[in-house]
Amino acid sequence: MLEVENLSKSFGGLKAVSNATLQVPEGSIVGLLGPNGAGKTTCFTMIAGFTKPDSGSVRLRGKDITGLAPHHICNLGMIRTFQIVQPFAGLTVEENIAVGAYLHHHERKEAMAVARDVGKRLGMGTLLDRPASALTIAGRKRLELARALATGAKLLLLDEVMAGLIPTEINEIVGIIRQIRDEGHTFLMIEHVMQAVMSLAETAYVLNQGVMIAHGTPRDLVRDPAVVEAYLGHGAAQRLQEDDHA
Amino acid sequence: MMKLNSTGQVVLILVAVAYLLGVYFISSPVWMGFTINALIVAVLALSWNVTGGFGGLSSFGHAVLYGTGAYTSAILQVTYGVNAWVALVAGIAMAAAVGGFIGALAFRYGVKGSYFALVTLAFAEVFRICAASFDFAGGGSGLQLKLAPGISNIQFADRTVLYTFLLAIVVLVMLLTAWIKYSRFGAYLVAVRENEDAARALGIDTYRIKVLAMAVSGAFGGLAGVLYLQLWLFIDSSIAYGSSVSIEALIGPIIGGAGTVWGPVLGTLGLHLIGEGAKTLLSNAPGLNFVLYAVVLICALRFMPNGLVGLAGRIGPFAKKESKDA
Repeated sequence: MLEVENLSKSFGGLKAVSNATLQVPEGSIVGLLGPNGAGKTTCFTMIAGFTKPDSGSVRLRGKDITGLAPHHICNLGMIRTFQIVQPFAGLTVEENIAVGAYLHHHERKEAMAVARDVGKRLGMGTLLDRPASALTIAGRKRLELARALATGAKLLLLDEVMAGLIPTEINEIVGIIRQIRDEGHTFLMIEHVMQAVMSLAETAYVLNQGVMIAHGTPRDLVRDPAVVEAYLGHGAAQRLQEDDHA
Repeated sequence: MMKLNSTGQVVLILVAVAYLLGVYFISSPVWMGFTINALIVAVLALSWNVTGGFGGLSSFGHAVLYGTGAYTSAILQVTYGVNAWVALVAGIAMAAAVGGFIGALAFRYGVKGSYFALVTLAFAEVFRICAASFDFAGGGSGLQLKLAPGISNIQFADRTVLYTFLLAIVVLVMLLTAWIKYSRFGAYLVAVRENEDAARALGIDTYRIKVLAMAVSGAFGGLAGVLYLQLWLFIDSSIAYGSSVSIEALIGPIIGGAGTVWGPVLGTLGLHLIGEGAKTLLSNAPGLNFVLYAVVLICALRFMPNGLVGLAGRIGPFAKKESKDA
């Protein structure tokens, strides 16, 4: 469904992302992992059209969308959420979701109905009339997801929707994401919460210092020496192995 | 679906409606004349409300729209003998075009916040100087319409008819504002105000929305300018493009409640009442009303950030609960 090839971006002399390549098959949940500053979010901003890549290409359902504006890309059925949640603070939860729903439902009545429906499906039924500014972090993360879903996009790029949540909240949102996937959506998600990645993602890519260093099932990745080194520092894989043998 | 208004808002609106209708019964030319002026400013305030209220695009140069409407109509009528109604439509269209042009230019280069305010102020000043310099715009002596009372010339000999005409226009512009507020366009505009990045991610062409808002605001502002011309039959560069016009445009909505349908009208009426009262009390010291406006504005910003409408919204059984961390 999504094919990213050799995507690169430099900020001044810093190569934030170089030659990143990844594929997201339709109906799957793909993880994008990596330590802080690895270039994951930069990758997302380029895929979603918020910044132009220096080189490389992004294809959505075979159509080249490299460098298109975010609203075009959203119209084509791919949407991103933000790591730092961006609610429309002055609006109610329902109105927030309706902004997304307006994309394909031009009438207020329809958009509001879609918003209520999506809100209820994501377990926000009782919060619909509350101002978005009154939500907890978990609520705001869920609102990001609801708003994105209301646009009717089929491919969702989730940027750390679980960061800052407590375990029960994570379990809830994992269930929700799985349910949405079963309804015919595809996910590419940046995630630090390994519990979530292990239970959700079929495959995952690992980015380190702007370079894709590994690709495979989450179970394989946690044993991959390159991945362990990326997270725990040079020589960590070897030390761990020695500990195991000792 | 309209939300229920709180008791405070209902009372506020009823007082305003009672006042506007009361003018018919108190046969005082002073009150009527003063309210007629306030209604024209209310249209201008509703114009600012589209961009500044819904869109969060605070313009400090709405005189550029007001003046363009007035000048376009005046030049067409005085120089080319065009019918007043045709000139009215042309004035509105020209002001909308100028609004759209300024928006297109400013937003193309990502101008935001106070920089946008400065850009609009600069445009208003450029237009003011041009209007004062070019002969086809009357130069320093301004433009004078011929006195020719009659509906076909939009000149009303009877003040009551004039008042009714202006009241109808204010109601019409308020209805259009309500339509914007509850339309997709309005929702997108508010989304742009609240968080532009999130709006872009949700498929909104924010550039297009902002330019469109400037054009709609231009149409309303141009209408206000034409109304002023039709009332006084005279404009010059500082009346049409002066910065006091820009101040009047934004102060009413801010005090009344920006981004609401009633706020700009309530704020403008309230301010003009205060200004008029002060003038009467302090024997017409010129410019004193602006000093008072400033005091009221500072108090409004400190004590009622959502304006009169917001303040009244916290009174009564349907009062909106304030969120703790807003």
